[in-house]
Amino acid sequence: MSRHSPTRRSPLLAIYAALVFAFIYLPLAVLILYSFNRDGVGGFPPLHLTLDWYRQLFADEPIWDSVLNSLLVAGGAVALSLTLGLLAALALDRASFPGKALFRRLVLLPLILPGIITGLSLLMLVVLSGLHLSLLTVLLGHGTALISVATTELFAGLQKTDRAQEEASLDLGATPWQTFWRITLPNLKLSLVAAGLLIFTLSMDEIAVTFFLIGRDNTLPLEIWGRLRRGITPEINAVSTLIFAVSVALIVIWYRIRMRSIGAEAKQLLQRP
Amino acid sequence: MYSRAYKTIVSAPPLLWVGLFLLLPYALMFAHSFWAVEDGVLVHHWNLDNYEKLLTNPLYAEVLFRTLRIAGSVMLCSLLLGYPLAYYLSFHSGGRKELLYQLVIVPLWVSYLVRGYAWKTILGSEGVLNGFLQYAHITHEPVSFLLYSPFAVILMLTHIYTPFVFLPIYASLEHIPRPLVEASHDLGANSFSTFFRVILPLSMPGLLAGATFAFVLSLGDFLAPLLVGGSSGTMIANIVQTLFGAVYDWPLGAAISVSILLLTLSLLFFTQRLEKRWSFK
Repeated sequence: MSRHSPTRRSPLLAIYAALVFAFIYLPLAVLILYSFNRDGVGGFPPLHLTLDWYRQLFADEPIWDSVLNSLLVAGGAVALSLTLGLLAALALDRASFPGKALFRRLVLLPLILPGIITGLSLLMLVVLSGLHLSLLTVLLGHGTALISVATTELFAGLQKTDRAQEEASLDLGATPWQTFWRITLPNLKLSLVAAGLLIFTLSMDEIAVTFFLIGRDNTLPLEIWGRLRRGITPEINAVSTLIFAVSVALIVIWYRIRMRSIGAEAKQLLQRP
Repeated sequence: MYSRAYKTIVSAPPLLWVGLFLLLPYALMFAHSFWAVEDGVLVHHWNLDNYEKLLTNPLYAEVLFRTLRIAGSVMLCSLLLGYPLAYYLSFHSGGRKELLYQLVIVPLWVSYLVRGYAWKTILGSEGVLNGFLQYAHITHEPVSFLLYSPFAVILMLTHIYTPFVFLPIYASLEHIPRPLVEASHDLGANSFSTFFRVILPLSMPGLLAGATFAFVLSLGDFLAPLLVGGSSGTMIANIVQTLFGAVYDWPLGAAISVSILLLTLSLLFFTQRLEKRWSFK
């Protein structure tokens, strides 16, 4: 029986899996290592290690301006998509309206379609409306495209909450407004934070849509993109390493929140008679 | 239980917003594809010329064909990397399963640009790989065909999409009831036929979803070709980008975009139906 047990050893497969992991992580390791390389982004071996590129990076004002721009856009996109996504999730969960099935699909399109199509379509709207390309158009683009993520996450959250609490609140005389603020929203707290973090990360990293909606002020990915065309130094490795570190930190936070929400659900299930 | 006013308040803003900022833009894209440019000015003169150009000019067919080849290769490579990895994690990783799973997920969150840039510094003629090859005396001249080629695009996109492909495959492998696998062994099937007759068919929905991800996401990519593809790695979305930029022929660019859009949607529709047929519930 032990020969057939599903966890029996198979060294070849284990080696193959290790190679796939190497393929996934090697480029990132190289990127980080060369951010400390005195002699540039290439060459081998990297003999002289230095922190100069990080020093140069911290003194590089355009980069930090673009970081600030990215933070502004991401913050705005989170607020916009969470607000609309919350309403959309409530509507999908509780209201019936003509075109509901179409709406559900339409919201998801920016996730499915190549970014270039969504970006160019929004560019056409901007041109039609006579707006100027700026960080605001980028924010509108991100916020709109990411409603998909907010709606999906919050709809899933709503499906798991206990509708009886809202019924009780309304029966006991609370107005729908009070019920929303004191029951619905607190119940969705973890979903809101998880969705917000996900949207924030996606917005900070977005290029394809941003590419067509950007005005004079760059976001961080577009600032880096512009520099790639001019000759590259390990300063870009350094900023990439920092982005990597921040992304990993955000995942850990997101993961913890996820775990807590699963834990909270389990507790709720146990407490139910 | 919810009043009419409540329902209106929650559904009206998202409906209006999505109508104005998603439906209208996509409709504009569609409309542009039937318009024309005359003397450098966009005219709202309805016609089918743009689509005719796409069908008759061999340049577009050539680039589209290359794009499909690249997207197909990315799909195949990420399946070849992602499936065995998912299989290993699901069936053979024992107690390290959770940790290894997290290790596959982490790169999903790492910036697209960061990962693309990493390959650029590795593959370049003065890059890390060439430095290593010369250091180890494997070559004496820098190998220049690595960067700026369809190969580099396939490599970069495979690197990016392997974790994407892994996810749905892993999920479907995890859903296979283990007694089925044990029953297959107990009834005398060896590992090989258990895999091909039990595990692979049951994981088909995940495999299809992963394959579609990789194919569709590669199909419309224009950044990887710009970053590592060079002129021989140009893809269809790069043509769109030039038509909207330097060339200024929005209607033709819109016609290509609409074609990509329709191709993407029909692929998704098709695989969704296949997935339904393959799922065993």
